Amino acid sequence: MVSLTSPPPSSRVLPPPRLPSISPLSFTVLVVVGALFIASMGQVAPSPEKLANGLPRMAELVGRMLPPNTDPGFLQRMGWRILETLQIALVGTVFGVIVSQPMGWLAARGISPLGALRHFPRALISLFRTVPDLVWALLFVSTLGLGAVAGTMTIVVDTIGFCGRFFAEAMEEADKKPQEALNAIGANRVTVLCGAILPDVMPTLINSSLFALEKAVRASVVLGLVGAGGIGQELKVAFDLFQYRNASAIILAIFAIVLAMEFLTDRLRAKFQ
Amino acid sequence: MEHVPVQNVAGPNLVGAGTGNPQIGPLVKPPAVTPAPQIIGARGLAKTYPNGQAVFAGVDLDIRADQRVALIGSNGAGKSTLLKCLIGLLPSSGGEITTLGERFMAAPSAAQLTRLRRQIGFVFQNHGLVGRQSVLTNVIQGKLGLPGSWRAWHQSLARQEWREEAMAVLAEVRLADKANARADQLSGGQAQRVAIARALIRRPRLLIADEPAASLDPAVGRDIMRIFSELARDHGITLVYTTHDMQHALDYSDRIVALKDGRVHFDRPTVRVSLRDMDGVFHG
Repeated sequence: MVSLTSPPPSSRVLPPPRLPSISPLSFTVLVVVGALFIASMGQVAPSPEKLANGLPRMAELVGRMLPPNTDPGFLQRMGWRILETLQIALVGTVFGVIVSQPMGWLAARGISPLGALRHFPRALISLFRTVPDLVWALLFVSTLGLGAVAGTMTIVVDTIGFCGRFFAEAMEEADKKPQEALNAIGANRVTVLCGAILPDVMPTLINSSLFALEKAVRASVVLGLVGAGGIGQELKVAFDLFQYRNASAIILAIFAIVLAMEFLTDRLRAKFQ
Repeated sequence: MEHVPVQNVAGPNLVGAGTGNPQIGPLVKPPAVTPAPQIIGARGLAKTYPNGQAVFAGVDLDIRADQRVALIGSNGAGKSTLLKCLIGLLPSSGGEITTLGERFMAAPSAAQLTRLRRQIGFVFQNHGLVGRQSVLTNVIQGKLGLPGSWRAWHQSLARQEWREEAMAVLAEVRLADKANARADQLSGGQAQRVAIARALIRRPRLLIADEPAASLDPAVGRDIMRIFSELARDHGITLVYTTHDMQHALDYSDRIVALKDGRVHFDRPTVRVSLRDMDGVFHG
């Protein structure tokens, strides 16, 4: 019979330590990061006085923004700009998603026909993703000129950066058994992609594409700030000319667009699950 | 190893037999026993993994047309590896293989592999169906790898005769009414029947099945093996399958090849294999 009383001291097995031990290197890194945080806080974080001084100005600004401008002429102009914003988002996302599919395939580990060279499309996708969309917008405004075309190109590049990565990861995680079955009978890479991989990852592709569309609507709203078309351009003009009632109407319109888009994409995502 | 050759008897055994005319008695000739064409031949086949672990060695096999061969052995005996080596999906480490007229040493050339794949149908333990595609699309995908088959990746693009052919093989596995259902909505047995249909639509000379009933309950497993066995016989297809189910091997094969300790333990016509012999493979 096994005794449940305390074992003699010589055979006692000690439990593991309550906290994991920390290496000297990890400890040093923690101290450096902590010091950096404290030093940065003093320089860039708002002080309570600064916040207190800013509040009355904020209240004054809000006061000058109300009521939002509902002049029919202005609303009509804003409506066209909103339509342009949605066009930029939709066209940019669709082109971006289309290009992301082969890019994701070329970059996917174990699936790409490029072998080790798949790191090139992967690096290109990373470049598209890591450079902020406003920087892309500045580049396209410089090369293609002011307006919606620069905005659309920005969304295309941004979508490839976002969807390319998710598509590649989804393809890497696709069920291998159907792929093996088709490979065994001699199906080529393209037919394996179309016949087995894409159907399997389709819900993920649709989900990612809908997120990309949602993201594109938000991005295309601000692209106008650097001259890449859309409602953002109207917002910049309103602030530059101190037309705060116009600005508040535009902000409310942006809020409504983004909310509507989130609602729509949520519904579509639920449908395609 | 005990090897008993299994021969197929081609053509009539006796000239005039069954005509009801005793006058032609003097024309009686001795039985003309002609071996059926060779489908798989292996001489001194060996396989060693890169880590040095030997899977099997000195395997000799001679599988003839229209035979139904069960490859048995306990888990890890190398049945699946042997099967893959025989059809060129895995390189062997020694010996010579002749499958469907293609002779190769370690692995077939790319051209040989293409020719081999066009004549072989595969059924895997896990069926390997594309879950989100329809049953009809999955069956038509069995045409992939054949010349001019790029349109076989979806039923909506497939030629009309392929669609009709797919419906015919689905009817043979009693699943024509499920043509439009998604593959991931089928039961395990139904999915395996679709996998059989997908293999049959290639009109293969050789049907390879790796543990086709292993993941199914006993009744469904027997049903699958029966369908396999009958369809292979009806279509004149040589069937080679691995199994660790003794009863499946005894009931649904003409010949049993047993692997044990990396060698062929016995290779006999099924009628000459007893349950005791089988027990020796797994427990002896």
